[in-house]
Amino acid sequence: MTTRSHASLFATILSEHGPQILSAWSDRLKSTGALASGRLREAELQTQCRTVLELLSTAIAGGLDAASPNYGPLRDVLADVSRSRAVQGFTPSETATFVFSLKQPLFEAVSAAEAGDPSTVARAVQDITQLIDALGLYTIEVFQKSREETIIRQQREIAELSTPVVKLWDGILALPLIGTLDSQRTQVVMENLLESIVAQTAEIAIIDITGVPTVDTLTAQHLLKTVSAARLMGADCIISGIRPQIAQTMVHLGVELNVVSKATLADAFALALKRVGRTVVAVKARELPAG
Amino acid sequence: MDRIPILKLGNALLVTIQVDMHDRLATALQEDLTEKIVSARARGVLIDISALEIVDSFIGRMLDHIAAISRMLDAETVVVGMRPAVAITLVELGLSLSGVKTALNVERGMELIKRRLDETEVADGDDDE
Repeated sequence: MTTRSHASLFATILSEHGPQILSAWSDRLKSTGALASGRLREAELQTQCRTVLELLSTAIAGGLDAASPNYGPLRDVLADVSRSRAVQGFTPSETATFVFSLKQPLFEAVSAAEAGDPSTVARAVQDITQLIDALGLYTIEVFQKSREETIIRQQREIAELSTPVVKLWDGILALPLIGTLDSQRTQVVMENLLESIVAQTAEIAIIDITGVPTVDTLTAQHLLKTVSAARLMGADCIISGIRPQIAQTMVHLGVELNVVSKATLADAFALALKRVGRTVVAVKARELPAG
Repeated sequence: MDRIPILKLGNALLVTIQVDMHDRLATALQEDLTEKIVSARARGVLIDISALEIVDSFIGRMLDHIAAISRMLDAETVVVGMRPAVAITLVELGLSLSGVKTALNVERGMELIKRRLDETEVADGDDDE
């Protein structure tokens, strides 16, 4: 008995018993709770099942090797299903169950069709298992990959969002820090700031830590490193936005920032302007001496 | 052996480091600079390291030493044009060069030295009165 004849046997079974297999499969899926979470509508699930089954019966006529080009369209559909489930927040086992629960209906169909020939049924079961396993593993792989893509994209977005260097005035830069400062982020922040200092020939950089939820000894050390590096390049740093709570914690921890610090970004900006020999005055006050 | 040229600009000395520093060159520079500060009666030393891409702890310490020596000889040291990568390296090495003045470029560094000199002159003048 060759795999080829098995393949044609499966093709016949799938075309003859297609509707039964489909309903048995979707019943199994429903009983395992595929719709329970409400993330997937029944009609959607039905369409997915029908498409997969149709493509499987087309592909299976050409052989049982899940890696062969015959299975290309089926793999694409499975990849789409898998990706959409990753986005919808299904667990890996829920996604795998979608494919693996097709096994039982197929077994039943085969044993019903070849009831008189146990050895054929045994071989067929083995082949089905191999095929469905391969397809299931492929689905999981795609699922994993799309999850990873999501994570990488989010990480990149966070990194981009969290380190903007803003030019406040000629020679004055501001670095509003948001979120926890760990070593890796400090590195990025430091590099960004130093590059901007060079690019804009800035004399003063204001590091605003209003958005930093907690400051521990390590964070303070990172901050001081950034300040020292900026100083080595010839720019002064002002730290602003230390919240009362954080100031208390830092003093209790024995952390001392030997840097000019101001309570708010506005105060720091005023000081920075003063250092570069500028000042902000009300329009009227300026007009009076002229008039 | 190569030596790093030391230029005299008014009463300041200008050193531009344009080659990779090795330890002997650094020591030679330190000696030359010390001599020159005295012979030229310099009040300021400007060290431009904008072309320096690699530093180690020895070079970092050398800069610190030069600053300390010049201070002893009544000259102000300003290191200018340090690259971001170099600054990060020095900070990671724990060398914050606290005795050294810094500026972004030669122009700013020169301004800094001039201002210091003016200040000391004014202060000296006050003392005389």
